[in-house]
Amino acid sequence: MDFASFLIQTLNSLQYGLLLFLVASGLTLVFGIMGIINLAHGSFYMIGAYLAFVLTSATGSLMLAIALGIPLALVFGAFLEWALFAHLYKRDHLEQVLLTYGLILIFEQLRSLLVGDDVHGVAIPAFLDASIQLTEVMSYPVYRLAISVVCIVLAVALYFVIQRTRLGMMIRAGNDDRSMVESLGININMVYRIVFALGVAMAALAGMLASPISSVFPNMGSQVLIISFVIVVIGGIGSVWGALVAALIVGFADTFGKVLVPELSGIVVYVVMAVVLLWRPEGILKKG
Amino acid sequence: MDKQMKGVGRLVLGAAMMVVGLGAAQAQEKVKVGLMLPYTGTYAALGNAITNGFKQYVEENGGKLGGRVVEYAVVDDESNPAKATENARKLVSRDKVDVVVGTVHSGVALAMAKVARDSKTLMIVPNAGANDITGPLCSPYVFRSSFSAWQPSYAMGEALAKRGIKTVATVTWKYSFGEESVAGFKEAFEKGGGKVVKEMTLPFPNVEFQPFLTEIASVKPDAVFVFFAGAGAAKFVSDYAAAGLKSNIPLYGPGFLTDGNLDAMGGAGEGLLTTLHYADGLATDRDSVFRTKYAEAYKIQPDVYAVQGYDAAQMFDAGLKAAGGDPSKKEEVIKGMAAATIDSPRGAFTLSRAHNPVQDIYLREVKGSENVVVEVVSKSLEDPARGCKM
Repeated sequence: MDFASFLIQTLNSLQYGLLLFLVASGLTLVFGIMGIINLAHGSFYMIGAYLAFVLTSATGSLMLAIALGIPLALVFGAFLEWALFAHLYKRDHLEQVLLTYGLILIFEQLRSLLVGDDVHGVAIPAFLDASIQLTEVMSYPVYRLAISVVCIVLAVALYFVIQRTRLGMMIRAGNDDRSMVESLGININMVYRIVFALGVAMAALAGMLASPISSVFPNMGSQVLIISFVIVVIGGIGSVWGALVAALIVGFADTFGKVLVPELSGIVVYVVMAVVLLWRPEGILKKG
Repeated sequence: MDKQMKGVGRLVLGAAMMVVGLGAAQAQEKVKVGLMLPYTGTYAALGNAITNGFKQYVEENGGKLGGRVVEYAVVDDESNPAKATENARKLVSRDKVDVVVGTVHSGVALAMAKVARDSKTLMIVPNAGANDITGPLCSPYVFRSSFSAWQPSYAMGEALAKRGIKTVATVTWKYSFGEESVAGFKEAFEKGGGKVVKEMTLPFPNVEFQPFLTEIASVKPDAVFVFFAGAGAAKFVSDYAAAGLKSNIPLYGPGFLTDGNLDAMGGAGEGLLTTLHYADGLATDRDSVFRTKYAEAYKIQPDVYAVQGYDAAQMFDAGLKAAGGDPSKKEEVIKGMAAATIDSPRGAFTLSRAHNPVQDIYLREVKGSENVVVEVVSKSLEDPARGCKM
């Protein structure tokens, strides 16, 4: 591999890792703070992508679709928490898996009834539809770089909310000890509802952002779900920073794995996971 | 009271037996077709197109095949190989169908073929392209109305070598259909003097292609050959164009790359050249009539899957006619099918000794939302049926 290729592959790794972070951060929050194993998390990514497709077709602009889609996803998340997930906190993981697996089937069937089973594309907004020439034959789409910038901004915003605001304090406290937080007179149920809605919105946003480059297709959620769980486990359950570090590790492992050891590219990520867990069974950053 | 009940019971039983007897008598004049296809899930649209095509031919013949009224037994295979054997057995033993038509997914079709072979039931595969079905696992009872994975890719290998392309890099999913496609391409391309300089694979259904695009830009082959289908194909073609590679290193592949997903690609597919056994714009009378009738009946344009369903019905019809319309004379039905020339909308074809179509492969170019025929790149291409002992 020459140096130019190496640099571009590094860029690929960062860009892929940051997008994965956007999906996985919501999952790790819900898993770590609320103790819910949410298999339907990938469905929220799928729903986001289909929202982007439907709203972009209706309004003619992906930006407008995202602006409309985020509040929709927040409301949808809060509703689901109120209607279903609130009843799960005191139950065991098996029942959580049962419910959330059922949700995957329901969401996929609804998607099939409402939008159909065809593959769809979403147009890149005109002002981002350009590319930067990197080598004589290859260029890099500006839209991919823009996604990375959005992901970085969101990571910083998330850091700010969790570390510097009252809500963040409650979230961290709830992560450590639910009953203690309750006995201090904090409405932990409201905190949970907000966290869950945020998690759904972040997965949906990831789906919306990714829709122009990944296209929109049935079962797209299940692909990101597995890799998201890998990231959550590598990073340490409940740790947003762990998820960021883990997502970047996975991004690099997947990209360079495909190029350097193509015949093993399918398992490189899992080998990395095994090694990390041998080294730190609780994940890289347990809670934080 | 008890005795009375018994009497009534006997009466009912007797009546039921009469009805069953009647049913059997009627079945003599009918022929029963088992459709085992995907009607839900990713391949639902393909299953429906095949069904539409099959039924269209039957309707054109007044609801009959080989002079007998057609009766259907329909099963949704869900493209799930785990349920394939059970579903196929149901059609064979419970519904006692005369022919099983199915399916799209190669894994499901392989399991079905085993049931067909073991129960000596006639089977027509209207899509699944795994080489093995008419290769090592071939059987007198199993026919195919579609293609083998080897066919379109081999034709593309020949075509690129003829065009003077020297080096090619390949990308595909690491599963049998993808690997069979690349192998078929490589065989013809290297025979014609070219060289495959880099073979890349990724696990199905992973669609993170960026690392491969970077690698292609670094290797700089004369051309790139890929096998992808459905959503993965749409994404690969879009990514390839977005990376600026499309104008520098031409992209080729079997027709599944661009069939049915041109809308999802936006304009990224425009001008791509692919190979397949069917194309838009064939402009033969046979094809035009087929297309008009299909569009009238189903309110959508037919695709290659509809053609394969239509031809499955034609093949069975030819077999039945050879046996005087009697599906129980299996030997004669099989002989009739194997010897038939099928007047397909794609162009007439015959069947190889392994029962796979010997057919023309077209080079097609993407123009707008169509795959328009450019030329026949491989005339009467026959799958080598490696490993078939028949």
